[in-house]
Amino acid sequence: MRDDLFSGPEPDPARDAGHQDAPERVGFFTDTSVCIGCKACEVACKEWNAIPEDGMSLTGMSYDNTGGLGASTWRHVAFVEQPVPAGRTELPVVEPDTRAEGEAADSGMRWLMSSDVCKHCTHAACLDVCPTGSLFRTEFGTVVVQEDICNGCGVCVPACPYGVIEQRPTDGRAFKCTLCYDRLGAGQEPACAKACPTESIQFGPLDELRERAALRVDQLHEAGVTEARLYGHAPDNGVGGDGAFFLLLDEPEVYGLPPDPVVTTRDLGAMWRHAGLAALSLAAGAALSFALPALTRTKGPR
Amino acid sequence: MGVHNLLGRWPAYRQLTGTDPLGRGRAAMSSATEELRPRTATADRVVKSVCPYCAVGCGQQVYVKDDRVVQIEGDPDSPVSRGRLCPKGSATLQLTTGSARRHQVLYRRPYGTDWEPLDLETAMDMVADRVVETRRRTWEWEHDGLRTARTMGIASLGGATLDNEENYLIKKLFTGLGIVQVENQARVCHSSTVAGLGTSFGRGGATTFMQDLQHADCIVIQGSNFAEAHPVGFQWVMEAKARGARIIHVDPRFTRTSALSDLFVPIRAGSDIAFLGGIINHVLTEEKDFREYVLNYTNAATLVGDEFQDTEDLDGIFSGLDEERHHYDTETWQYRGTEVQAPSGDVDELYARRNGDTESAEDHERIHEAAESETHGSGGAQTEALPPRDETLRDPRCVYQILKRHYARYTPEMVEKICGIGREAFQEVCDALTSNSGPDRTSAFAYAVGWTQHSTGSQCIRAASVLQLLLGNIGRPGGGIQALRGHASIQGSSDIPTLFNLLPGYLPMPHAHAHENLDAFIRATRTDKGFWGNMRAYFVSLLKSYYGDAATAGNDFCFDHLPRLTGSHGTYETVMAQLDGACKGYFLMGENPAVGSANARLQRLGMSRLEWLVVRDFSLIESATWWQDGPETETGEMKTEDVGTEVFFFPAAAHTEKSGSFTNTNRWLQWHHAAVEPEGDARSDLWFMYHLGRRIKERLAASTDPMDRAVQDLTWDYPVDGPLEEPVAASVLAEINGHGPDGAPLSAYTELKDDGSTRCGCWIYCGVYADGVNQAARRKPHTEQDWVASEWAWAWPANRRILYNRASAAPDGTPWSDRKAYVWWDDAEKRWTGHDVPDFVPDRPPGHVPEPGATGPDALRGNDPFIMQADGKGWLYAPAGLEDGPMPTHYEPQDSPFTNALYPSRSRSPVRQLHPRKGNRYHPSGDEPGAGVYPYIVTTHRLTEHFTAGGMSRWSPYLSELQPEFFCEISPQLAAERGLEHGGWATIVTARNAVEARVMVTGRITPLTVHGRTVHQIGLPFHWGPNGISTGDAANELVAIALDPNALIQEDKALTADIRPGRRPRGPALPELVAEYRRRAGITETTGTQEAT
Repeated sequence: MRDDLFSGPEPDPARDAGHQDAPERVGFFTDTSVCIGCKACEVACKEWNAIPEDGMSLTGMSYDNTGGLGASTWRHVAFVEQPVPAGRTELPVVEPDTRAEGEAADSGMRWLMSSDVCKHCTHAACLDVCPTGSLFRTEFGTVVVQEDICNGCGVCVPACPYGVIEQRPTDGRAFKCTLCYDRLGAGQEPACAKACPTESIQFGPLDELRERAALRVDQLHEAGVTEARLYGHAPDNGVGGDGAFFLLLDEPEVYGLPPDPVVTTRDLGAMWRHAGLAALSLAAGAALSFALPALTRTKGPR
Repeated sequence: MGVHNLLGRWPAYRQLTGTDPLGRGRAAMSSATEELRPRTATADRVVKSVCPYCAVGCGQQVYVKDDRVVQIEGDPDSPVSRGRLCPKGSATLQLTTGSARRHQVLYRRPYGTDWEPLDLETAMDMVADRVVETRRRTWEWEHDGLRTARTMGIASLGGATLDNEENYLIKKLFTGLGIVQVENQARVCHSSTVAGLGTSFGRGGATTFMQDLQHADCIVIQGSNFAEAHPVGFQWVMEAKARGARIIHVDPRFTRTSALSDLFVPIRAGSDIAFLGGIINHVLTEEKDFREYVLNYTNAATLVGDEFQDTEDLDGIFSGLDEERHHYDTETWQYRGTEVQAPSGDVDELYARRNGDTESAEDHERIHEAAESETHGSGGAQTEALPPRDETLRDPRCVYQILKRHYARYTPEMVEKICGIGREAFQEVCDALTSNSGPDRTSAFAYAVGWTQHSTGSQCIRAASVLQLLLGNIGRPGGGIQALRGHASIQGSSDIPTLFNLLPGYLPMPHAHAHENLDAFIRATRTDKGFWGNMRAYFVSLLKSYYGDAATAGNDFCFDHLPRLTGSHGTYETVMAQLDGACKGYFLMGENPAVGSANARLQRLGMSRLEWLVVRDFSLIESATWWQDGPETETGEMKTEDVGTEVFFFPAAAHTEKSGSFTNTNRWLQWHHAAVEPEGDARSDLWFMYHLGRRIKERLAASTDPMDRAVQDLTWDYPVDGPLEEPVAASVLAEINGHGPDGAPLSAYTELKDDGSTRCGCWIYCGVYADGVNQAARRKPHTEQDWVASEWAWAWPANRRILYNRASAAPDGTPWSDRKAYVWWDDAEKRWTGHDVPDFVPDRPPGHVPEPGATGPDALRGNDPFIMQADGKGWLYAPAGLEDGPMPTHYEPQDSPFTNALYPSRSRSPVRQLHPRKGNRYHPSGDEPGAGVYPYIVTTHRLTEHFTAGGMSRWSPYLSELQPEFFCEISPQLAAERGLEHGGWATIVTARNAVEARVMVTGRITPLTVHGRTVHQIGLPFHWGPNGISTGDAANELVAIALDPNALIQEDKALTADIRPGRRPRGPALPELVAEYRRRAGITETTGTQEAT
């Protein structure tokens, strides 16, 4: 078993999964610098996929009443209210003399918004651990749950390094973003990307998105937005590159994203090798324990 | 099936024999996965439609399978939206097909405790009977001795969510019945827009279209939460930003719009005119105005009569104020030696003078209360002679110098004191605007109800108009003022008005005058110069559309059939009439005043005094159920079994179930096609109005009573279609467009005649059915045309996309610059040409000087870009048309923590309109005793996830879960001051009512320093009410009825309140708490009413 099936760069996961005539791998590039936090993606996703309503409570987390991705939330917009880092252009102007007492001198707001989604990892642990074959790699290189196969065992849930996939309590089965697999088959784009008013969510061939994202980062850096950085784009990251990656304006943790996720099955090959070695050693030891006395007996004094 | 095939269905076999030995892809696919096809691909048909929520007007595609709507998503062809939809638009499938919609007529008998089902036909007959009976009982031939021919016993509200064709039938039928109290959401949302933009430029619609914002070099968004309220329209701001434009947001709250702007400037709610006045002062004192534009295209050089006195001369008031009647006589505001009629304004002011009448003071007062500032909202003003000018702009009586003096004290220091905006930020805005305006650059303004909903709302918009004229940004690409409207057809319901003071095309509703005939009416309201000179042609063509062959030259084209106004009959006046028992029947058509109108409690109390109420909506909104489980039944103020109001609930058809046109905020008429038939009893409003009118006409057909003559003469012969007998909407559009004597559709309003040979239901829409083709249904993809997209839908007037675009060229007809070329004079062809339809006489050369004595359009000079204006110029100074002054002046809101820093003895507008009565008490303000009881400023606002009063969002699970509860936004400092906890509850109290809201403590709300002291602001989204799946108190419980005198719009963007921790009391303890506050503040019936009507 080759190690690169579980980690490291894998240029063509669809073909590796047996899709001989696979089209180009597609994915999402979410440019959070133009996200207006409208949540059109959340609603468009729910309408298309007929996902049930997911709780009606005010969370108190800014304008985020969704909370996070789950079985009934496949797109989630995070809202982060924070003081403005020095040197930013998007500064609200608050004059020193209008500040309330005790307020920090650099006080000013910025409001980060980011639409999160399943990353459709190159190395998808959820898929690798799925015992039923419900989770599979599509010809588009995406990762999809087949609801007619899923038996609700839940093994995929702890396998996901991003905490994306989840079981629906009323149903038991696991659900997550399909990157609108049905729409892709008909040459249509995913519902969220189609709705997005500002093209914060961009859909397309992954290679093209990566190029576009690199250009956008350069553009933002030139404009003085030095905090712009990409997240999940690199093919050599812990999951072999995300099929859905992001342009962020702060550290990933700020958005609730793991800073350096690693596919939980990365060491599967090594583990099997070590286990095999251990088994061999045990077997050899056992053999030795029988063989050695016998040898001793033959060589010993009569 | 062979063995091989059977085996092939076994994944393990495929895994072992195929290309996927690990079984992670191809081999794992189930047969269901193999056969998966999207419902967008399997649909039987795809129907082109338009989003029914806000006025951006995004294109939609409705997918239908087996005669059921299975999916709704964006139309990629649309130049407005490019296939995108916001969360509300994305939830349209749930809105139209969800379980929250009602499909059965419900009836609540007087004093009944519950709904009863009722047969649709029976219900229609009952409503027709109620209308006929109530009308007869309340008929009024005369009022104070003047002929009125009307009923004040019936009123209607709603229309902005409906189609133009539906609004047309509502206005036509009700006007035919003599009902004058016809109103819609435009009154409470954007009526002041019509007054503000109309008097400044000649037409009351946005001067530009959203897509053109991409060409702006600077965009100032003020009085608008663009990104949240119009998310898909905001893509054009983002386009501009991507091209390097500077985006500035000025707002009391840091919103999702601020988050994407380059500069956010927090401002104290209610101080916008001071801020804009400061920029005007900066431009004038630094001489940063675009001088050639200003000299040629505005009235800067025009001399004003010597009698005019400014607020700076009279300590806060203009000349002409009648202190007793709180009314300005505008005679002294006129140009020197000339009398101009307003393009949009108090056009009836001139009735007496022009007809040689000497009217009583009472007549005069009645007229001035009638929101006349909106009439001619699409048209121009009047001058009888060329007013004198000083081209050097040095004459102290020229508009430029008067303006300069008026704003001289609006210094950065004054802005800081009044608005709480620091000098540095102020300077930054001034620099951004002035450096991005001129021949080579343009700046745009975008605003919404943050400007309109003030007691000085019209003047907020005027202030921006003055500034944009000075900077030379009107009529040019990347420039203009975008009025962002909030309902799918709120522009249309102003153009084809379900508004009491207007007839279609901003023609004025006639007032009651002695011996009034058509000639006298036209003489008083037309202008001598410009396109309002043809007023008679527009008016007679409308009367011919209404009354058909019955309208003849011999009977003044049935002019006397029109009911007459005797003052203000706006929606808030109607509520007063309901409370007083004068208004007995009420139609609510897609509007929810029990939540969405100011002083929601009074709205409900008013409805409880009605004899009958008709509610047409998707679900049982609060305005339908207040008698059963409303807030007053909880407090004990209302007992269900004591309420005598008979209530009819009719389920409404959705936009997918009817054809018709919406007019979006671009002034574009976009046709949506019916995709399916409505289910159950649900019907379109077109169906409802048509069949109601048919029934009423049948009942009155044999009547010999003269009061029924107008109904008998009303043309009402629309073809019907299908099993439901749905009127053919296109036939109504064809009537709106009009036709000539041969019955052929007209193609332009210039073809209208004043002799009765042409018919036209709305002259500014003439051309929408040119050549017998529904031009509103045109859908040439944006990818196949330029950004003007002139072959997508149809814009009024004459398919022009940027208004006043003659001003995009220099006086000599050449573009101001290559970068900003838009419309120019082609000297070879001797015609105006360019990217858009020229908003000018097409073959009039730039240097044209009219013959002496020319009138109407012939009197326009080659450099008069504002073709509806009486002098052809943009009005920096409005010599007529506005009730509260020729130039915007800062006054404090009705309820304010501050006195007016500019005029301490004139804190508030001397002519604001108040309705002091029980339940609508005002607060002490400024340094008045008791003002400290309500120390904080409240401003109401929208959220992306909800829609207006919630009728189209609080019943949607997908939208409600995103914003599930009513909350208040407060700063950490206010939280500390009042002991409020994030996530906890707060009670907000005014003299009107108290509401409870969850507390959101956020740095996005900044305390400001105003008048040297800290002031806290509270943000309240106004979407909630007690019904639906997301419930909460309505912010409008808190708001007083205090109105702009021009447009009768309420002030809910700046008021005062107290906030305290914890939930509000239940039962009778709630009104007791509110009363206790009033006692503490020493509030009486006169509090806050000084210097007011």
